Amino acid sequence: MKLIPFIFILLFLASCTESETEIKDQENNSEIHSEDDLEYSEESIFNLTSHWNTEEGKTIELNQLKGKVLVMVMIYTTCKAACPRLVADMLSIAEQIPEANRKDVQYVLVSIDPVNDTPEKLKSFAIRKKMNGEEWTFLQGDVNTVQEFANVLAVKYKEISPEDFSHSNIISVFNRKGELIHQQEGLGVNNKETVETIIETSKQIQ
Amino acid sequence: MKYFHRLSLSLFVWILFPGNGMAQTQTMAFIKAGKYKPIYGKDSALVQVNSFYMDVFPVTNAEYLSFIKDKPQWRKSKVKRIFADGNYLSTWSNDTTLSNNISMNSPVTNVSWFAANDYCRCQDKRLATLDEWEYVAMANETKADARTSDNYNKYILSWYETPKTFNNLVGKTFKNYWGVYDMHGLVWEWTSDFNSVMISGESRKDSNIDRDLFCGSGSLGASDLMNYAAFMRYAFRGSIKAKYSIQNLGFRCVKDIPAK
Repeated sequence: MKLIPFIFILLFLASCTESETEIKDQENNSEIHSEDDLEYSEESIFNLTSHWNTEEGKTIELNQLKGKVLVMVMIYTTCKAACPRLVADMLSIAEQIPEANRKDVQYVLVSIDPVNDTPEKLKSFAIRKKMNGEEWTFLQGDVNTVQEFANVLAVKYKEISPEDFSHSNIISVFNRKGELIHQQEGLGVNNKETVETIIETSKQIQ
Repeated sequence: MKYFHRLSLSLFVWILFPGNGMAQTQTMAFIKAGKYKPIYGKDSALVQVNSFYMDVFPVTNAEYLSFIKDKPQWRKSKVKRIFADGNYLSTWSNDTTLSNNISMNSPVTNVSWFAANDYCRCQDKRLATLDEWEYVAMANETKADARTSDNYNKYILSWYETPKTFNNLVGKTFKNYWGVYDMHGLVWEWTSDFNSVMISGESRKDSNIDRDLFCGSGSLGASDLMNYAAFMRYAFRGSIKAKYSIQNLGFRCVKDIPAK
């Protein structure tokens, strides 16, 4: 009987030790980054250690997207009002990037609705919207990782009913170290500044 | 008899939640499911809240200190700027020492949402949703929904006018209907989905619901004096970002009822 609390304590310690392993992993990672001259700062989204499923069924961490300019937006595939226009904005931005810069830019669409937006759904959405090239990545997290990610982007959202969310319409641009350098807010707004930022930032890679 | 009842309850809670470390043991109160009407939305819009357990007190400095001893990435000197602004634990003199005028049994404040979120996760708990928090906060000593009581509202509004209550100790305000302390009168608290409150008009079409909360007709709709205090909380939540560390903002954790 006396053993029981002891086991509980062990269980508790185990759960926190696990997180410390994560830190060590992270530290190891950053050593690797420094080797290829890509050490990222405290402000980088690559500090997030959450796991994401891609539309191709792979599991990744955000820091695997490092090295390219990232253009990110939060959407959900059953959205009827704002998202189609946000998606159109993303496509329009991508079209305006000169051929020479395209290989250095990755477009990332993160689902606000991780329950319904499975990798399969994201994949068929990608095909339907002609966003199926390698430069497009769709991510499914879970309720908590999506919340965390939205908080990093200062994107606000609220589930109104199953399959219906209200959310802010923000397209964010990150440099190759994962630092937020530009945000465009609103629908169908003039995206000239966003496009210029992407071109300028991708030039720095070359 | 009452003593034994309490003892058995805490033992029961402790067995239910072995995830609590010894130093972090917090008694939790059972919150029974129900529906409530938030301050915004249409007359008929009742929100269903499922049963859950809630920490009886906000997380204290002592509990938080014990947490960061285990998790060095949340120490003041280690925390990454993306997860907490420069005010993070600003009243602590260093990583593991509080300033002299701060009590271990005061609620921890100046913690970001990211830190609070990870704290609860590490206890095998989570932050309350905005609806769960508001549902529990409707209670006074005797009623689950005391929002129409004059005294209940006067209490909250007079607290809003009282400076520096964050220096007080936990558990000194009233014990509410659910057995939970300090929902009002001590500090404001993070909720998991605080970012669901939208003040910005940028969401356009998709944000009708929240426009009800903030645009002219909406605020008139929420005109009862009883809603003023809650309205203040929503406005506050709508104005903050997850990495903010604010002196009168603390947190507590909740836990789902384990599935049978």
